[in-house]
Amino acid sequence: MNNRYSRRQFGSLITASAATLAMPRVLRAQTEGRLLVIGGGFGGATAARFAKMTYPDVSVTLVEPHSSFVTCPYGNLILGGKKQLSNITHSYDGLRARGVNVIHDRAREIDAEGHRVTLDGGDVLEYDKLILSPGIGLRWNAIEGYDEAASEIFPHAWWGGDGSQITNLRAQLEALPEGGVVGLSIPDNPFRCPPGPYERISMIAHHLKQANPTAKILAFDSKEGFSKQGLFEDAWAELYGDMIEWIPASQDGRIMRVDPENKLFISEFGEEHRVDVGNVIPPQYAASIARDAGLTNESGWVPVDQHTFEAEAARDIHVIGDANIAAPMPKSGYIANSTAKTAVKAALAEITGRPAWEDPVYFNTCYSHAGADYAVSVAAIFRPTAEGFEATPDSGGISPRGPLSELSRNRRLESRYADAWYESITNDMFS
Amino acid sequence: MRRKRFFAIAVSLTCAGWPLTALSEGANGQMLAQACVGCHGASWDGQGAITDLRGYDRDSFLRVWEEFRTDERPATIMNRITRGYTEAEVAALADFFASLD
Repeated sequence: MNNRYSRRQFGSLITASAATLAMPRVLRAQTEGRLLVIGGGFGGATAARFAKMTYPDVSVTLVEPHSSFVTCPYGNLILGGKKQLSNITHSYDGLRARGVNVIHDRAREIDAEGHRVTLDGGDVLEYDKLILSPGIGLRWNAIEGYDEAASEIFPHAWWGGDGSQITNLRAQLEALPEGGVVGLSIPDNPFRCPPGPYERISMIAHHLKQANPTAKILAFDSKEGFSKQGLFEDAWAELYGDMIEWIPASQDGRIMRVDPENKLFISEFGEEHRVDVGNVIPPQYAASIARDAGLTNESGWVPVDQHTFEAEAARDIHVIGDANIAAPMPKSGYIANSTAKTAVKAALAEITGRPAWEDPVYFNTCYSHAGADYAVSVAAIFRPTAEGFEATPDSGGISPRGPLSELSRNRRLESRYADAWYESITNDMFS
Repeated sequence: MRRKRFFAIAVSLTCAGWPLTALSEGANGQMLAQACVGCHGASWDGQGAITDLRGYDRDSFLRVWEEFRTDERPATIMNRITRGYTEAEVAALADFFASLD
């Protein structure tokens, strides 16, 4: 590796500098190494932008199938009627302008030994270091009858994709018969965005309260509890009366089978629930490219080093975002953004001679909108330990609980800060 | 960096007690500050009602941080966040933000 920054080589670099400066940029870039990023979401877009800004002479290529990115965060606000799809769709032009080579194709296969990735279009990309941020795969048929075709009738809306899942669900909510039933099926841990289903319930209720106030929401959960539960339950009682019923696993909340044609959710104990609109958030695992490359363990997720995010199963592949195993860190956009930068520093240390971040701190904040001008949050500061990751004791936590009469200013401020979070973090990915 | 350390030591001789005497002790301010861009602007330049951190006076930063940490300053979330960092990390953040234009 050409370590341009080491003091030892400084003398020889002086004599070489005139020639180096005269060389075209692309040639010099090649000598600094090649970083390939797969996946242009919260992890991958952040990694590509941060890498290019921090190491301008490293060649950075980003592979992402979609020509624009629809965020999962704020998708629930489309359901609530507060945002349009265009508000949560982002262009990759900003990354291109910074010098990232953006390729819109799907990465099909990783040859970890040969340091090569084959794309669906047939191109083969070579890399020195790979940042893999592929997101989740949905476990089709883990809930009997729930496959890709069923997701047209019972949308999951649990990835951004081309935006069609979230707009499908929104359209169905708008067409809900008066006094109709909206059913949700919510998976067991771990899954993408732990508070997401509950923000979704809130935003659906926010819409129905105005458009269809006698409608009901039945939230069938495979768990006994959930993220920010007290805060959400307070908000539901304060804002939506008895519109929302949350059914935990112990009260037969686990949905085992769906029948989209007859609009049925069937529970563990065989109870059939007819719904007018169904939102099935199925169990998940790492996206297929990570599984096919042999990076996942029996859980379906990718074990990684807690300092570098290098996959345990392969050298020079750093796996960030929802696909990895990083509990108790949540599978959130903010964690993907935060860990992306540590992973890039670690991946490029060897190539550039610039140090990795030796004592990294990982940061998460998740805002959830529960109503109009009403948001709550959870924050946490994580550090690597010998065994994994640990939340820093006596810090972080959730918004204060209490009567809305005392906390309305806090809820309103958090809703504004949530909007600022969205603007700020998407700028850190795409601007 | 060396000059800033010297400045920090000089401050420590003239002010009593933490936080104004805090030393960064090698903590990486620039990387720690990456956590802040999720809300405080992609260049720490502020976002909506959220504070612009560029050029923040070092002593003021340390004072405000301590007020958040001890709930002496009204907060929605910064009280929870400030409790998660060491003295050296906070000093490194203060040095970093003070160095930005």
